Amino acid sequence: MALLVVKFDLKKRVKLAQTVWFMYWFAVLAGILVLSLGLFFKIELRKRSELMDNNESHFLPNVLIAMGLIACGINAFGGKVCYDSLDPTKFAKWKPMLKTFLVFCMGFNALLIATALLCFVMRIPFQFTLAEGLKNGMKFYKDTDTPGRCYMKRTLDLMQMEFRCCGNDNYRDWFEIQWVSNRYLDFSAKEVKDRIGSNVDGQYLMDGVPFSCCNPSSPRPCIQYQMTNNSAHYSYDHYTEELNVWRRGCREALLSYYGGIMNTIGALVLLVTMLEVAVTVGLQYVDTSLSTLANPEDMESESEGFLLEKTVKETFTDIMAKMKAMGKGAKVEEGGEEGVATVS
Amino acid sequence: MALLKMKFSQQRRVRLAQGLWLLSWLAVMCGALIFCLGVYLKIELLRRDEVMENTEIHVVPNLLMMVGLASIGANWVASRVCQDSLDASRFPRWRILLLGWYAVAVLLCCLLLAVVVLSYALQGRLEESLKVGLRNGIRFYKDTDVPGRCFQKETIDRLQMEFRCCGNNNFKDWFEVQWVSNRYLDFTSQEVKDRIRSNVDGRYLLDGVPFSCCNPASPRPCLQNQLTDSRAHYNYEYQSEELNLYSRGCRQALTDYYMGLMNSTGPGVLSVILIQMAVVMRYLQTAVEGAMALESPEGESEGYILEKDVKATYADVKAKALDLLKFAQVDPASEAAGAEEGEKADKATEKVATTAA
Repeated sequence: MALLVVKFDLKKRVKLAQTVWFMYWFAVLAGILVLSLGLFFKIELRKRSELMDNNESHFLPNVLIAMGLIACGINAFGGKVCYDSLDPTKFAKWKPMLKTFLVFCMGFNALLIATALLCFVMRIPFQFTLAEGLKNGMKFYKDTDTPGRCYMKRTLDLMQMEFRCCGNDNYRDWFEIQWVSNRYLDFSAKEVKDRIGSNVDGQYLMDGVPFSCCNPSSPRPCIQYQMTNNSAHYSYDHYTEELNVWRRGCREALLSYYGGIMNTIGALVLLVTMLEVAVTVGLQYVDTSLSTLANPEDMESESEGFLLEKTVKETFTDIMAKMKAMGKGAKVEEGGEEGVATVS
Repeated sequence: MALLKMKFSQQRRVRLAQGLWLLSWLAVMCGALIFCLGVYLKIELLRRDEVMENTEIHVVPNLLMMVGLASIGANWVASRVCQDSLDASRFPRWRILLLGWYAVAVLLCCLLLAVVVLSYALQGRLEESLKVGLRNGIRFYKDTDVPGRCFQKETIDRLQMEFRCCGNNNFKDWFEVQWVSNRYLDFTSQEVKDRIRSNVDGRYLLDGVPFSCCNPASPRPCLQNQLTDSRAHYNYEYQSEELNLYSRGCRQALTDYYMGLMNSTGPGVLSVILIQMAVVMRYLQTAVEGAMALESPEGESEGYILEKDVKATYADVKAKALDLLKFAQVDPASEAAGAEEGEKADKATEKVATTAA
């Protein structure tokens, strides 16, 4: 008993072939979409690779690019097969490889689903990469004269302004590191000597933040220095002051940005997977409807199309039997020799 | 002697019509592109509405949108004419419109050229408008508690950060304005009292700038206050410090941005296409008209731009115009009638002569 049998006459067959051909062209566009999404994500990662300590994993965008290319190839081939299916002479040359092609398509669809799941799951290791990278970035903020790190200040400033964030978890992260270069500190001044003497490592720590943390929506001009000292500024209470600097941490901001990109890409890949499954089913019907013609010479005769030749259970047992047979095939030689030995 | 005469066989006429049909659809796309550019320019101008004092510059995007829409319509009509031109029964209804279409096409070309000229001519007005708008923005920077002006601070800060500029002409504009609100000044402190007394209007002026003027590319943390005092900061030389703040003024930055937008529209492209189409369309019209006059519609016909050469056409047009003027004057009716008849006879003989030639 075949699964999901549908009767086809010539007109219906032609309609089916045309529809599936049309859908294959959409699928080619979908493949191009996946490719471009992969490229976009790769470029976005490259743009901020300095903040991720230059060891971010490009695995996901590479997989997306590969999947996009394979999808374009498969769908173009499938479209060609559908186009030729209405001409028996042309279709005859594709007929032998169709079965393997369909199995390959099913495997590819499974890989697509895996890619979509990967998009949603990659967020977790990404979090750790970001945390590490941002911490190191802040440490090198002052090293504008060290080759290889001289752009860190600019990168961090531009990032804090663009993503409206300050520090790693919040603005207090800037209090714990020295972000003013020694070149601009007057070591003969008493204030500098006090601050350096106040901690073990001899670092110039202060309760101030860089200008890029400032919030333009604040009603008063930005207070960057002596932030925890209420008496240093008129009418200022640092416990209740909310609008002065950005309150969000940059790790959270970047994570939500990249997380959003990955979620969108994952959702789109799932949609593309559904389209791919639909065209695979369509091609299966085209193939079976053309192979079960009641009268092979007459193109106008009726035929049946089905999804699976037998029911799901029977197909499964068939596959298991085939695999066992393949496994036995390796042992056949030994058994044959023994048999010969015993006989003679 | 017709101007730039060419012979057209049936096949050549068909080719001409098809090529012209494609060209007219290309021109429709160009018209749509011009419209979209107009919309984009208008949106960009509206976004920075708060730092502009008047809206005179809006005439450029308005014209672009209008011309875009008009050219879409005109070129769509042209494509219809091309489609119908090879069908002898459908072409005649378009014949009357064609003269009007030429006039519209020429008008659109002139409007596009006017847009190019305007965008250069209005640059001075744009700068003036920006100068006044920015000056007000800087003056009202501190008024974050006054309704109607409370967003000026955020607007100016975001503008300076996005366009990488500071002040109107340069950062010294901030020294002349009180940009710290009185709510955050401690009037009992000596420093505040000194500064307020130091000028006539009693304003709190300082040689400092807001944080949005800071340049992220500077190697040292941003210096915002006491900028003119080289001793206030270690290893700081006021005269030679270049990277600390943005050196460009916002008026210059915004003007450059908008002039770049307007010049990139390239209206010349569309006008060239329209002119070309008008020329080729004329060929098609005359060729088809000639074909219709012949006994066998499949035969050859001639196409031309002008029936007579430029001098003769000009003389014709002048005579027609003078004729119209003569009607307005009080002339003996018989003279006018006689002159008319003579002209008509002349025209008839000339037409016969050209078709026979």
